Amino acid sequence: MSSNEEAEGRPLVSYRTLDIAVTFFFLIVCAIVTVDSVRLGIAWKPNEGPMPGLFPFYMVLAMGIASLFNLWRALPQSEEGSETAVTSVGLGRMAAIFVPAVIFVLATNYIGIYVSATIYIGAFMIFFGKFPIWKAAAVSLGIAIVNFMMFEVWFLVPLPKGPLEAALGY
Amino acid sequence: MIRRGTFKATGIAGVLAASAGLASPALAQGWEPVKPVTLVIPAGTGGGADQMARFVQGVVQKHNLMKQPLIVINKGGGAGAEGFLEMKASANDPHKIAITLSNLFTTPLGTGSPFNWKDMKPVSMLALDQFVLWVNVEKPYKTAKEYVDAVKAGEDRQFKMGGTGSKQEDQIVTAAIEQQTGGKKFTYVPYAGGGQVAVQLVGNHVDSTVNNPIEAVGQWRAAQLRPLCIFDAQRSTYTQKVTDKEAWSDIPTCKESGLPVEYQMLRGIFTTKNATPAQVNYYVELFKKVMATPDWKEFMEKGAFNQTSMSGADFDKWLVSAEALHADLMKKAGFLATQ
Amino acid sequence: MEELNALFGGFAVALSAYHILLMVIGITLGVIIGVLPGLGGANGVAILLPLTFTMPPTSAIILLTSIYWGALFGGAITSILFNIPGEPWSVATTFDGHPMAQNGKADEALVGAFTSSFIGAIFAVALITFLAPVVAKFALKFGPAEFFAVQFLTFASFIGMGRGSAMKTVASMCLGFALASVGLDNVTGTLRMTFGQDELLNGFKFLVAVIGLFGIGEILSSMEDGLKFNGATAKLRMDAVIRTWKQLPRMWMTFIRSCIVGCWMGITPGGATPASFMGYGIAKRLSKRGDNFGKGELEGVVAPETAAHAAGTAALLPMLTLGIPGSPTAAVLLGGLLIWGLQPGPLLFVEQKDFVWGLIASMYLGNVVGLIMVLTCVPLFAAILRVPFSIIAPAIVFVCAIGAYTVNNAMFDVWMMLVFGIMGYLFNKLRYPLPPLVLALVLGDQAESSFRQAMLVSQGNVGIFWSNWLCGGIMTLGVVMAFWPALQALRNKFAGNGAVARAA
Repeated sequence: MSSNEEAEGRPLVSYRTLDIAVTFFFLIVCAIVTVDSVRLGIAWKPNEGPMPGLFPFYMVLAMGIASLFNLWRALPQSEEGSETAVTSVGLGRMAAIFVPAVIFVLATNYIGIYVSATIYIGAFMIFFGKFPIWKAAAVSLGIAIVNFMMFEVWFLVPLPKGPLEAALGY
Repeated sequence: MIRRGTFKATGIAGVLAASAGLASPALAQGWEPVKPVTLVIPAGTGGGADQMARFVQGVVQKHNLMKQPLIVINKGGGAGAEGFLEMKASANDPHKIAITLSNLFTTPLGTGSPFNWKDMKPVSMLALDQFVLWVNVEKPYKTAKEYVDAVKAGEDRQFKMGGTGSKQEDQIVTAAIEQQTGGKKFTYVPYAGGGQVAVQLVGNHVDSTVNNPIEAVGQWRAAQLRPLCIFDAQRSTYTQKVTDKEAWSDIPTCKESGLPVEYQMLRGIFTTKNATPAQVNYYVELFKKVMATPDWKEFMEKGAFNQTSMSGADFDKWLVSAEALHADLMKKAGFLATQ
Repeated sequence: MEELNALFGGFAVALSAYHILLMVIGITLGVIIGVLPGLGGANGVAILLPLTFTMPPTSAIILLTSIYWGALFGGAITSILFNIPGEPWSVATTFDGHPMAQNGKADEALVGAFTSSFIGAIFAVALITFLAPVVAKFALKFGPAEFFAVQFLTFASFIGMGRGSAMKTVASMCLGFALASVGLDNVTGTLRMTFGQDELLNGFKFLVAVIGLFGIGEILSSMEDGLKFNGATAKLRMDAVIRTWKQLPRMWMTFIRSCIVGCWMGITPGGATPASFMGYGIAKRLSKRGDNFGKGELEGVVAPETAAHAAGTAALLPMLTLGIPGSPTAAVLLGGLLIWGLQPGPLLFVEQKDFVWGLIASMYLGNVVGLIMVLTCVPLFAAILRVPFSIIAPAIVFVCAIGAYTVNNAMFDVWMMLVFGIMGYLFNKLRYPLPPLVLALVLGDQAESSFRQAMLVSQGNVGIFWSNWLCGGIMTLGVVMAFWPALQALRNKFAGNGAVARAA
């Protein structure tokens, strides 16, 4: 997923492809749940009623049938289906917030959520908001500190913290 | 701070300290938390363990018993397995303690979660929670014997027992009663919380429950529920009148009413596995201070808790035998995980 | 008239400068808690609980319930502005509230939401004032079969609401049920769909899914369209309150319907979340402007908000009279009652008259104070939309991550939030409706548990659902609701074909 900012809206994915991909996602979920439901038992026990697997099994069965129907509807080439769902510019813009978000979550494991968020918000403001660095630093630090006070100090809700907070005694 | 606490504790809970075979006072001064302590509740909000943990938090704050804050979090997923696995995973962090209920034993046995109480370090037993056999006051059963006889005389599965959760303490007690009913089983109906179970009994949707005292005391006082017997070896020691006529001590034990079943639930504190003796001792002393407050006494009385408390080697011994007891009860009832 | 006298006595207790100050503090905190998805009412109440040990119980409960009111009001704010429901019962508010914000009417949506919350709450308090003893008895009639009937009715009143492909609706709803089944099965105590993964023990929690599907999904969609939120350019006018209030009287039927639905669901105890969905569903079906629902119709904000708050308020009744907490917040409040030496239960109304009537009076006052406070802040809330997108977008991701983390204190949920975000974006794009998924996720395991409990009670006999008038009545109503679209289509057909048939 590279953020290709310069491309002029090249069509990437059609609705048809996307639709088919999502029905496959449904079918995979369906298969996974079916396996475990069968292990748990999908019978109706006398005196007790449904076994633990019965409800999930019939739910994903309905989901599977609906998805096959959706797949059947999506498969044929149609005018509506071949319209562009995502362009390269759109994908690039989404990646611009999403990829850093993934890095932000990853970094949280090591440096804690507050430091990670400060960098994330600050960097986003500088690169995509074209804010001057001092403004970005002030705003992102401010947001992180307000949240830190709110969660750690005031409401005593512990969030992931890293070496910096440890050095400060938290 | 610590020295004063030790002094107070020896004053008030001296007997306990003696029986607990405490580490030397020199060790007690060795350690103090350097960051906030997290109290993990392996259960959801609103239950008995949650109430007790939040009460402890309140007492600690009110009497200023700790320099660092005490933070309470609920990790009740998978019948508490989530909370216990968290304790297991942070074996090297002495700033975590957990409050336990019977799922300490029942969850690993019933769900097969990779966890055992030996993955934590026992601190102290705070109290034992009682179980009482309740029926709706509109029903004719006045004693446990009458009720058991009715179950024996009825059809199999005719009588419905309501309880909290599945394959946990309430269902274990139910299974133990079933051994005394001549082969007649109850239909056990699991609900989400103890308060709801009591209300379901008032509404006559089930025939009996084994609610903890605190969960059903309101309905008892309003003359909607009738306690038949208490699942303890002795009667309760609280003699103050709860209803117009009766006190907790007026409830006969199940044994004396012809139902030889005993069961109590542990309310204990554990810390993480690699905690040093000095760290464990800090928590032992802390909870002694908590238990010495008048607030705690009042809380105990309201919930008719059995105020047995212990720590150290005695507690370890108690845990070993309790684990064996649960394994035995659950095996007989067929609740062990099959996978 | 005994109640009126008692109530005036209660007002005398509650109406002091000190208590009003406590209300203002509580509501401010509550609104903050309601806005941030990482903080729930339970946090706020738990933190303040120790402070209240030194207060008289009446003052303490006024402070703590004010947080509850504040959180109820606050939940609507993020739903409308950012499509992020902070609390389960705000989900239905997003359906029309967020489109309104995108159309530049965020202020009207906020005023509408706050006002209808207030009306719903006041209606429910009035019910508690005069009918508490009767109503408490009614709640006792609800066993597992009746619970299932209520949940069935909720689903039924929601079926056939979505536009677009019916098969996509089915797939979406069933996915919600499948996700809801992950974790511990309450009835047998076995683990389902966890495949030995510790992270899955807890199942998929509603809040994680909703933050991802709605919040992150919305940010992705906004990013795709360019670096902005629609509606950010809305002009701020100070007459929002008057402008909105002028539109409200013509919705009187919606108010009445939602109040009744809400009180019913709060007492039975179905809860605020199903109430909001049901309120929305019924309004969409019966309102003249029902076809516009989902595109930014004020009535679509009014209906769920009124129902949710009537339910949230009415739910305090079972807590006080029966001792069953209706929500985690109520559970912590219940713990508070015990610490102050008050035993919730049937005798509370008899033994602690001053406390109970002080509390009921504070419900009236707390809601009035709350309404005034949030209405004056509407321009402030709406102004949040004018913050540059490049600040607000990462800040929202940050706050959402905190929210997801705090549900179970697990990083796994933060990852799941991102996955749900992609799902939300794709589902929006491909017109898979999200509301059925969310409804199934919230109510799925409860409905399944009730059904199986009922089966245990009846020894596997499905006839139990028609074994008494109450349960059978709700079930039948549910069946009618479920087939309503089909019935209507059939009737139209008959009306249309009647002439033809006769001619033939």
